[in-house]
Amino acid sequence: MSRLLIKHARVVDPSQRLDEGLDILVADGKIARLAERIDDREATVLDGTGLVAAPGFVDLHVHLREPGFEYKETVKTGTAAAVAGGFTAVCCMPNTQPVNDSAAVTEFIRARAAEAGLARVHPIGAVSKNLEGTELAEMGEMVRAGAVAFSDDGKPVQNAYLMRRALEYAQLFDVPVVDHCEDRDLAAKGVMHEGAVSTRLGLRGIPAAAEEVMAARDCVLAELTGGRVHVAHVSTRGALERVHEAKGRGVAVTCEVTPHHLALTDQAVADSEYDTDTKMNPPLRGAEHVDALIHGVLDGTVDCLATDHAPHHADEKALEFDLAPFGVVGLETAVPVTYDLLVRRHKLPLRLYVALWSTNPARLFRLPGGTLKVGSPADVTLLDLEARTTVNPDRFRSASRNTPFAGQRLKGWPAATVVGGKVVWRRERK
Amino acid sequence: MHRVQVLDARGISRALERMAAELVEQVGDEKLLYFVGVQTRGVPLARRLANLVADATGHEPPVGALDISLYRDDVGPWRAAHQQPILRDTELPVAIDKKVICLVDDVLYTGRTVRAALDTLMDYGRPQAIRLAVLIDRGHRELPVAADYVGRVVPTSRAEDVQVHLKESDGEEGVWIAKEVGK
Amino acid sequence: MSAQAAARLRGKDLVGIDPLSAGEIQLLLDTAEQMRDIAARPIKKVPALRGKTVVNLFFEASTRTRFSFEVAEKRLSADSLNFAATASSVSKGETLIDTALNLEAMQPDFIVLRHQYAGAPHQLARILKSSVINAGDGAHEHPTQALLDALTIRLKRGTLEGLVVAIVGDLQHSRVVRSNILLLSRMGAKVRVAGPPSLIPPGMGEMGCEVYGRMEDAIAGADVVMMLRIQLERQGRMNFPTVREYYDFFALTPERLKLARKDCLVMHPGPMNRGVEIDSRVADGPQSVILEQVTNGVAVRMAVLYLLAGGHGEPTAD
Repeated sequence: MSRLLIKHARVVDPSQRLDEGLDILVADGKIARLAERIDDREATVLDGTGLVAAPGFVDLHVHLREPGFEYKETVKTGTAAAVAGGFTAVCCMPNTQPVNDSAAVTEFIRARAAEAGLARVHPIGAVSKNLEGTELAEMGEMVRAGAVAFSDDGKPVQNAYLMRRALEYAQLFDVPVVDHCEDRDLAAKGVMHEGAVSTRLGLRGIPAAAEEVMAARDCVLAELTGGRVHVAHVSTRGALERVHEAKGRGVAVTCEVTPHHLALTDQAVADSEYDTDTKMNPPLRGAEHVDALIHGVLDGTVDCLATDHAPHHADEKALEFDLAPFGVVGLETAVPVTYDLLVRRHKLPLRLYVALWSTNPARLFRLPGGTLKVGSPADVTLLDLEARTTVNPDRFRSASRNTPFAGQRLKGWPAATVVGGKVVWRRERK
Repeated sequence: MHRVQVLDARGISRALERMAAELVEQVGDEKLLYFVGVQTRGVPLARRLANLVADATGHEPPVGALDISLYRDDVGPWRAAHQQPILRDTELPVAIDKKVICLVDDVLYTGRTVRAALDTLMDYGRPQAIRLAVLIDRGHRELPVAADYVGRVVPTSRAEDVQVHLKESDGEEGVWIAKEVGK
Repeated sequence: MSAQAAARLRGKDLVGIDPLSAGEIQLLLDTAEQMRDIAARPIKKVPALRGKTVVNLFFEASTRTRFSFEVAEKRLSADSLNFAATASSVSKGETLIDTALNLEAMQPDFIVLRHQYAGAPHQLARILKSSVINAGDGAHEHPTQALLDALTIRLKRGTLEGLVVAIVGDLQHSRVVRSNILLLSRMGAKVRVAGPPSLIPPGMGEMGCEVYGRMEDAIAGADVVMMLRIQLERQGRMNFPTVREYYDFFALTPERLKLARKDCLVMHPGPMNRGVEIDSRVADGPQSVILEQVTNGVAVRMAVLYLLAGGHGEPTAD
């Protein structure tokens, strides 16, 4: 493989506290050299003028839908969407068909990813067999096959006893358990956030308490067992407070927040007049929760961002609000939505923003990457922070189009994505 | 907007007096008379005619009001109008059966309003006869309708607008022909 | 705040009270009042909607509302067609949208929709050219019910402004209460709602009313008391224990009615659960206007059809 030379970019690498104009030389799929000026006649040059070069972004929470739901997304289309969104690696959830509760399915997914040759895929295995919440799945076999964490997402691990044992058992493999915190009884078949908006719209609500109750439980169990809990898609002030408090006492709990939970409130359901692209679980919350999440990101309580990319076919979303499945895609809007909100509006320093998408998630799940140190895999995300364009779902690489951000004009977009030294995606120049 | 007066307050009174006299002469039995004004300006005119007949004969004919919006032909499937007309009151204090209805309106133009008024009335009963009295006949009939009693014939062009103002509804009395400047 | 009646309705549909201005509500009520007179005529029919086709698309069983719409449609000489679907979900083979698009291929002018899921009328209104009229969507709204309730009150009291209206019952699941809160508060009435605390949805006060956990507090001195049907069929026993307990604490009995003003109106959207939320003595008593509500329902629905048939958009200068 020929060498790659990324020139004139502003290199922002939180792992090395770097923020300066540097050239990056890539050889044999690894970072070979970082210096102010590198000349290499034989290398392919990628012009990074005006761009930011960061460690490859990692999305800890996506649904690739394969095997079983290929009409919504496949590993190939999903990883194409990932690299178009600036992501060099994704972790995919096990709620496929068959469920990823075995080494066989884990291997299948990894093989598909290798065939596609785009973003790296690190599967998340199921906590319980077939996601039924009654028996532990073969964590060890799955870790051997490449699983990096365990979860029953889009379901909670409702049974506290099972969660406890899962946290204990997972320590054998030093992997975290990712919980979709939702007390199913309290949620009571709700379809949006319970509050003044759900009342006005006549829709059943999911109270914030449903998330907080389970997040609190998981913090207690993490403390009890010494295991690692990662709270998926935190959406409420209360859950965030529990996580913050537990961290303060040294409990091994971490959390992620999605772009849509930062950018939108439950009012979006009303404003869009029941548009099902505003329906997801956990739901868009009231303003007081969104404010708390933004502050949590700014003050470091939130460890990382993750999209919970959940593709659904247009026919499925074209049902009544009560009946439409939960979920929105997110890979191809993640960067512009969060950059616009966090860095431009809330003045989050760029290196912290980059860390939320790369260094932090890689560290949390102990993944290779999240750094541009010499010798590390050449996964690089290039960003054009001046680019301004409108979100157009028809141009998505994902097989699905269910986004609440269609038509929004945003600033700060991915420009190119490099995985293992190969440029797997570049923004089309107009 | 350029307007020319064709009838003043006195002119209106004289016209109505003459029409009332003709009515009384031709009806035979004034107790059969029943004045029904087409909303809106037909209503005060109907009242005035009824009072004039009462003065002349000593008998006070009943007066009713008719709203024809629900029978118009320009808001059905061949709708030309872009909004539904506001519904106003229809009040027929006495049954119309066997009466000689005198339908009263301010302006007779295409005849479509009268057609709608006839259809509205027919759904209320079976009068012995229906006569039509209008203050102004401005021509341009589109249906075979003719007034029995006319205050004044005023030839107009289609670009012109006939404005009948009555003190009951408009504060002033008179009939004007108005035209958009430049037409 | 007395509303100046609008000249027309702005939208092509009636999906709820929420998008309507006070002026549009006034126009609907004024027009409905005129429509009442048609029922008093020897020929209870006018040709205003002759040649128009109305499809009554009812996914939820409702004989009385559908019947009321049918009478309204026929009195305006429209052609009325009934499509009684029993379920809309994909498991039955055809989605709501497909059903509607198939119907639209036959070019109806109006679709009157009753559906068990909130937001269904909005979905249809977006994709269909026909005018969509919401006859009840889940727990969201029932706009013609609120209009007929308001008309009934206005005919008895002359105005809505300044009246104290108490609405009592299962607030969580009621679309009638939501539409009524919006309409009455927008027209200057003071709305109080009451129900068992386990059936009060959060933030209802923000819609324009005061919320009470005890019925007596809401109806004290009220000009109108509106009782909601307790949704027995949807009632999980986790929200409320028994019918007997409901009667003991939340029924409109003659004793409780005395707490309101002497001439307080008694209303109910129907169908009534006699002996559950309302005592028969009250339902059949002199203050009850429940049957007038039904009569006014036809007039209101005629007004809605008539005004929507007239085209839409901002009124042109006369």
